[in-house]
Amino acid sequence: MAIHQISVFVENKAGTLSEITGVLAGAGIEIRALSIADTTDFGILRLIVNEPDKALDRLRAAGLTVSRTEVIAVCLEDHTGALHGVLETLNQAGIAVEYAYAFITRKSDAAYVILRVEDNECASVALRKAGVGLLSAEDVYSL
Amino acid sequence: MFWNEQLETMSRDEMTALQGARLRDAVTRAYGHVAPYRAKMKAAGLEPGDIRGLEDLPRLPFTLKTDLRDSYPYGMFATPLSEVVRIHASSGTTGKQTVVGYTKKDVDIWSECMARSLTMCGVTREDVMHVSYGYGLFTGGLGGHYGGETVGCATIPVSTGNTKRQLQIMADFGSTVLLCTPSYAMLLGDAVRAAGLQDKLKLRLGFFGAEPWTEGMRAEIEARLGLKAYDIYGLSEISGPGVANECPCKTGLHVQEDHFLTEVVDPATGQPLPDGQRGELVFTCVTKEAMPLIRYNTRDITSLKHEKCACGRTLVRMDKPTGRTDDMLIIRGVNVFPSQIEAVLLGFGEAAPYYLIVVDRKDNLDTLEIQVEMAETAFSDEVRAIEELERRIRREVESTLGIAAKITLVQPKSIERSEGKAKRVIDKRTLG
Repeated sequence: MAIHQISVFVENKAGTLSEITGVLAGAGIEIRALSIADTTDFGILRLIVNEPDKALDRLRAAGLTVSRTEVIAVCLEDHTGALHGVLETLNQAGIAVEYAYAFITRKSDAAYVILRVEDNECASVALRKAGVGLLSAEDVYSL
Repeated sequence: MFWNEQLETMSRDEMTALQGARLRDAVTRAYGHVAPYRAKMKAAGLEPGDIRGLEDLPRLPFTLKTDLRDSYPYGMFATPLSEVVRIHASSGTTGKQTVVGYTKKDVDIWSECMARSLTMCGVTREDVMHVSYGYGLFTGGLGGHYGGETVGCATIPVSTGNTKRQLQIMADFGSTVLLCTPSYAMLLGDAVRAAGLQDKLKLRLGFFGAEPWTEGMRAEIEARLGLKAYDIYGLSEISGPGVANECPCKTGLHVQEDHFLTEVVDPATGQPLPDGQRGELVFTCVTKEAMPLIRYNTRDITSLKHEKCACGRTLVRMDKPTGRTDDMLIIRGVNVFPSQIEAVLLGFGEAAPYYLIVVDRKDNLDTLEIQVEMAETAFSDEVRAIEELERRIRREVESTLGIAAKITLVQPKSIERSEGKAKRVIDKRTLG
């Protein structure tokens, strides 16, 4: 169920991001979604890809610092307040969100949100109970 | 001007005789009370009686900074602690400090050496002395201070930092003599200019040491602060500031050699070198009671001049040290060994296997950056976790070195690996 997100340590210097995308492109890996957290000194690139295991291996082999994090993905209907409903549900359940990022695809009208929460299990149960559509790992990788 | 004209101008023969007598006494005390000296001399087949005068000095084994570390904290003391009235410490090669002790008489001699240095350049009891060296375990602050009081100056223990307050005190208290590191003097000079205080200051003499500096910096400092700038040399193992000082002739630093026997030796062979040849500076502290030092190798590179100086002094002159034969760095006047930084990083386990120390000088102040490779085991995808790691390393480095450092986490393998010894230090500071 859990979706594997790849995080890569990005040193604050020109060319680092293209080094990472170069590794992925060379390995034929497709990026589904990405987000970058940056500070003045460094950044963290977070990626959802179609083949997380392969991506992890290749990035590591290229000498990058990588880690794998389990996240959840929700599918939202495209209407006002949809994201608010999800976040309010989590809030009611006392689950804090570490970070989130959204993406869309051309294959459907829905919007997708990747959520990093403290407890994936609790969050999934709460969201499911509220009728929020959750995506499986396979769903996300093959979007 | 002389503080102790008789000793500062005595003939070479008289000096040699005095030094020889004091050396015999120091060797006897060291052998009798300090186990590491006894062991070293025995290993060299020497007894105190074998040292009859100055000519026998080269027969004695060297003492190194590691010897002080190995006997941490009091193993090199020749007197019981009850006789000790002061303890200072400086950075050692690893986490441990190098500890030095002083009896009342040691503090008095140190103060006199400092007084001789100040007087040599014209400081008198009419002066207001502004001491901007750090007061603490570092010998600069208290060493300069006691010298000022010995001369009879109105001595102000300003210590380091808070440049704005420094300027205010200088202007309001009428400071005439300034003691600090040369890089801080440059910074003060800028601040004086920026504040438009040049005409309000009464500074006339400055004594700058604890880091290497150049003639170019001297000219800058003199122009900015409106004073005459002199080089002062000292290190805590020997006593502190005042071991040697420039006279107004500026042709080298006069060593107070009746207390500190001075040699320059070939780094490869350990053999004493003649005047004018550069090598490692070695001191023997013959009058120190709490911690006599026998042939302590400072690792500073310089050369000596024994001929009489135009100022009238016969005291041997050493050139400004031009470098070191070990990997010690002097950053903002503080001794830093790469091994200290390595020890801190190793404390973070696998988090920090590779590092690079980058020293630079920006706006006349030394900067220290430590680049640390981000290892996977320490990597988190949360920004605050990585920032916390950075903060912990920074705090630990600062508490070990006593100076602040910027920690930069870099990608693995981005720090150059070379065959054999890794390049750990890049010193971008260019003097002059």
